[in-house]
Amino acid sequence: MKISTMKELLEADIVCCEDLLNEHVYSACGSDMMSDVLAFVKDQAVLLTGLVNSQVIRTAEMMDMICIVLVRSKLPTPEMIELAKESGIAILTTKKRMYDACGILYTNGLVGNKLRA
Amino acid sequence: MSEQVVFTFDVDGDDFTSAGHASMQVKKNLRQLGIDPDIIRRVSIAMYEGEINMVIHARGGVATVSVSEEYIEIILKDEGPGISDIEQAMQEGFSTAPDNIRTLGFGAGMGLPNMKRYTDYMNIESQVGVGTTITMRVNLE
Repeated sequence: MKISTMKELLEADIVCCEDLLNEHVYSACGSDMMSDVLAFVKDQAVLLTGLVNSQVIRTAEMMDMICIVLVRSKLPTPEMIELAKESGIAILTTKKRMYDACGILYTNGLVGNKLRA
Repeated sequence: MSEQVVFTFDVDGDDFTSAGHASMQVKKNLRQLGIDPDIIRRVSIAMYEGEINMVIHARGGVATVSVSEEYIEIILKDEGPGISDIEQAMQEGFSTAPDNIRTLGFGAGMGLPNMKRYTDYMNIESQVGVGTTITMRVNLE
């Protein structure tokens, strides 16, 4: 799924790295616990989270993710935006709650990745 | 690569916000060395979890990453409180992190298990009241 499609489906705003809107993501992961995100490698995934701190960007960077969706109207800190720009990670913000946002993406074809340790 | 390349970082234990800085730098350095992206990902995730642990539990420490022909080795050394029961600490879900760390997205008891999951070798040496040294290796092949 293209990041631009996710933006549309989630009625989201893009905060940085607009140049990535045409890039594709193939799997997704929704969590506020970063170690759970780090536990399983996903291929070119998007991270949905309600957590707002620099470690969200670092976690995505470690996992080679190219997009983060902040749910429940959370806004990134200036430091997060700076880090995301450095790492080439698009940040989307949506008013939708985590469950709804995940459900919308799933039903539109962005299914989770098979687990592989 | 004929010579061993070594990177050393001081991990600042006072600032949770900057935790992970060393791991991000290692990731960049390994990319410049042309290491396989999957290996880089495993090394950087393992080191990142270790770095977070050092900041949460041990007021920081020193991280040394060396690249040889056979493997990438990460040594994390701190002078923190030590781990009294390593077997228990290795169990997924077991955590001694304070509650405020959980609100920051960590402290779920996945750090050490994740470090083991992504590395080919992991050894923990720890003495209560003295500190902990964790050695991890990811094979290069």
